[in-house]
Amino acid sequence: MCTVCGCGHPATNGDGSSHDHPHEHRHTHEHSHGDLRHTHEHAHRHSHAQEHGDAHSHNHGGDGAHDHDHAHAHDHSHDHEQGHSHDVVHRADGSIDFGAGPAAVHAPGLSPGRTVRIVREIMAKNNDFARANRARLSALGTLALNFVSSPGSGKTSLLVRAIDDLKDRLDIAVVEGDQQTARDAERIRATGARAVQINTGKGCHLDAHMVAHALDELAPEPRGLLFIENVGNLICPAGFDLGEAHKVVVLSVTEGEDKPLKYPEMFAAADLMLLNKSDLLPHVDFDVDACLANALRINPNLQTLVVSARTGEGSAAFYAWIEARLARLADAHAGAVAPASGNGVGAGGAE
Amino acid sequence: MHEMSLTESLVALIESEGAKQGFSRVRTVKLAVGALGHVDPEAMRFCFDAVARGTIVEGAQLAVSIVPGTAWCLDCARTVGVSERGAACPECGRYRLQVNGGEDLRLEELEVD
Repeated sequence: MCTVCGCGHPATNGDGSSHDHPHEHRHTHEHSHGDLRHTHEHAHRHSHAQEHGDAHSHNHGGDGAHDHDHAHAHDHSHDHEQGHSHDVVHRADGSIDFGAGPAAVHAPGLSPGRTVRIVREIMAKNNDFARANRARLSALGTLALNFVSSPGSGKTSLLVRAIDDLKDRLDIAVVEGDQQTARDAERIRATGARAVQINTGKGCHLDAHMVAHALDELAPEPRGLLFIENVGNLICPAGFDLGEAHKVVVLSVTEGEDKPLKYPEMFAAADLMLLNKSDLLPHVDFDVDACLANALRINPNLQTLVVSARTGEGSAAFYAWIEARLARLADAHAGAVAPASGNGVGAGGAE
Repeated sequence: MHEMSLTESLVALIESEGAKQGFSRVRTVKLAVGALGHVDPEAMRFCFDAVARGTIVEGAQLAVSIVPGTAWCLDCARTVGVSERGAACPECGRYRLQVNGGEDLRLEELEVD
């Protein structure tokens, strides 16, 4: 049987000399497109006449039953009844191209394509970089936190305050991600901390490869702290592991308390939520309890702190959270079994 | 539009498989996308045609199968089906759900020449 048109005749020479049937396609072509898109490009283009040097029929019974097994490259259901034309590419713009696409699928001897089972995670490349970053940071005993939020929630201000408060105790390096400018890195450097600015250009998130480069440049000190300030975007950075220990999502009280419900993926990906700008609470209609309940509805494991980068409210709790994790990292580093011991404030005590 | 960079990763992945396995044209790309994942299939389709241009994937059909979302209900102590994040447990009506399935983004199969 011809493997392409299934017409029942042996496929032989390139000129199709054994195909000896009149060319009578008369069947409608009913695509049941359930979806919106309509850019199917039929791969069942057998250039009759020319390739075969003959006419060509599909032995349709009078009832229109039709049993050709072309290699259809489209997977919508496809009921042939009467009068459809082959060799046709319906373009998205409504034009119809009779000559486009891979020609001569009906070449005898040519296999109609094969199926290759290739199971691969599409994030694999990013995740390989992330794994390498994580291994590198864990070998140093450095705690990396990836700060994510919408633009304007106060990430940089929080970091500036945290660096000022912690820099005497800890080595802190910062990766700043923004579409453009080095303004945030300059603000960080003004505190005395080392900072690398990554400009993503058209990119809407940092990826692990960018962070790998930043690590080369920053050369973090052992048992230090690495803050990664992601691009201000409450959607895209959620899916990209940078090799951080934790994602920290920052939300401010000038945003809506329903943001965790509206942008759930970021709150699902984070381990800690900082609800910032608490100093503005007297001036805004913001229900803190409702906000925290919404966040926990998305992620029941999320830890939450109410903070103000301006007044320092909540900072002590935030630093205790950081130092407990640094201590745990140091324990793991020393090969000890890290006991889950509340707020182990004081990284040095873990040695 | 993180779908653009994901689609670039996908096409790069297929091109490197093509070099390894010796195919030079791809007809169909079958993807598994989780209902609770980070990818909007329609946005990915939009990017796909643009990114595929000039590669062995050009003109290929993108076939997306949606992997349903599941979550562990802390109250029912079992896995239940969920249609979106923040939805209630279909069994007990509470919200203490930890997503444990449907975050996939995987290339499954190619039809190639």
